[in-house]
Amino acid sequence: MSKQEKLLAEKTVGLKPSGIRRFFDLVSEMKDAISLGVGEPDFDTPWHIRDEGIYSLEKGRTFYTSNSGLKELREEIAAYMKRTQGITYDPIGEILITVGGSEAIDLMFRAMINEGDEVLIPQPSYVSYEPCTILADGKPVIIPLKNENEFRLKPEELRAAITPKSKILVLPYPNNPTGAVMGKEDLEAIADIIIENDLYVLSDEIYGELTYAGKHVSIASLPGMKERTVLVNGFSKAYAMTGWRMGYACGPKEILAQMTKIHQYAIMCAPTTSQYAAIEALRNGDEDVAQMRESYNQRRRFVMHKLEGMGLPCFEPMGAFYVFPCIKEFGMSSEEFAEELLKEEKVAIVPGTAFGDSGEGYLRISYAYSIENLREALGRLSKFVKKLREQKK
Amino acid sequence: MNMLEEKVLGIIEKNSRVSTREMAVVLGTEEIDVINALQNMEEAGVICGYHTMIDWDKTDIDKVTALIEVRVTPQRGKGFDDIAERIYKYPEVNSVYLISGGYDLMVTLEGKSLKEVSRFVSSKLSTLDTVISTATHFILKKYKDHGTIMTRKYEDQREIITP
Repeated sequence: MSKQEKLLAEKTVGLKPSGIRRFFDLVSEMKDAISLGVGEPDFDTPWHIRDEGIYSLEKGRTFYTSNSGLKELREEIAAYMKRTQGITYDPIGEILITVGGSEAIDLMFRAMINEGDEVLIPQPSYVSYEPCTILADGKPVIIPLKNENEFRLKPEELRAAITPKSKILVLPYPNNPTGAVMGKEDLEAIADIIIENDLYVLSDEIYGELTYAGKHVSIASLPGMKERTVLVNGFSKAYAMTGWRMGYACGPKEILAQMTKIHQYAIMCAPTTSQYAAIEALRNGDEDVAQMRESYNQRRRFVMHKLEGMGLPCFEPMGAFYVFPCIKEFGMSSEEFAEELLKEEKVAIVPGTAFGDSGEGYLRISYAYSIENLREALGRLSKFVKKLREQKK
Repeated sequence: MNMLEEKVLGIIEKNSRVSTREMAVVLGTEEIDVINALQNMEEAGVICGYHTMIDWDKTDIDKVTALIEVRVTPQRGKGFDDIAERIYKYPEVNSVYLISGGYDLMVTLEGKSLKEVSRFVSSKLSTLDTVISTATHFILKKYKDHGTIMTRKYEDQREIITP
């Protein structure tokens, strides 16, 4: 072993191991478990998009693109933002193509955080915000969200968390793992506070195309917000392109310039093949997205109906492809419940605590599965719930 | 046809056994609306039947399917309709299509054996006055039929748990 006193970076070693990872290891040991735990679409990338990617390889497009990404792609994204949100972004300087939305999130923190800056992170939410904040020398300040507010960020909650050191607010809607959405009024209610306190927003809108009660509204479209928001989006969830690693960030030139600088050194450019495929997705993929959205919506209703039948309370989620039922009645922690369920019925559902402490007492059920799979898995969950209730008597 | 009817078709086209109750749940509507939609479409002839996809190769029962291209002389004033009717009246005939290209009609036929199918073609089909020529192709293997993949079971390629 090395004679180095501190071989490994303390900051990194100190990061909490992911709750997802631990559960994943448990599940992979069970040979015949069925899962409701994926965070990616079950659809394959639509053929015309795949073809464009393949064709670009045949044409020999195997070189680096410019650091910011193909100009054509940035122009398509600018057009998309204009058409869906009414926001105008300059393809030169205000849009950066990244390796998934994940990279954009990481870059934003690294571009903006000075040691001690506080990053407000509503939870339960995606696993990356906290660790990436720490890696960028920031201080995560968790805002626990409440089921009775349908896990939306309320103005009082935001106000209570702000300190003189607060710099960035992470706004992850539509939300993973709760499926919650923030409508225009909800966003307007917090926009004033954000502007008042000179906060900057990381708006993670990766699930923006997957909303089931009206179109998604970006906070960047509200007055006074575009200049203080880095909007992160991508192709993974809407176009079923998770493996292609395609995302983008839109925002003020000065922030994007720093993000591009880091990106330039760490990554060079996002995968060229994926970029060509992404252009095709934006140009001709609307119908595919609409079809997938309709499928997800049908499954969403199916899952809600089944949970209702089981008597598991859950608010109706209007975004993403997750449902977040409450299992507090059983007096077990989310992890205990999930592990018992896995052992007894061989069904894998992710405990809510994998997404933050405020996920305690909840489970994340993904409906990125066929109705047949959902029927089988929820049937087993129902059996388990019945058994637990019998035991309690 | 309205939006609900279109969505109902989308569901039953893949699986006609979905209950009206489940359809109502996933479409966010009342069961009576689904029942009415089905009834309307049945009456309008939009829904012509509810069949089952069977892979006969997996049973002991012998079945051979043939695709037969048929060239005919269309009759004055009647076109192809009468000839098509003459052909489709045979119970062995599964489908009859009027097609573009070198041949006029495409007929699919089912029989217990190659011999039986060939006998049908030579004694009942080729002998029709209006039939000029036929070309028979036997189906050796069905990979996909009516939108259903028959060869492999769907395998989920994703990692079991992902954030």
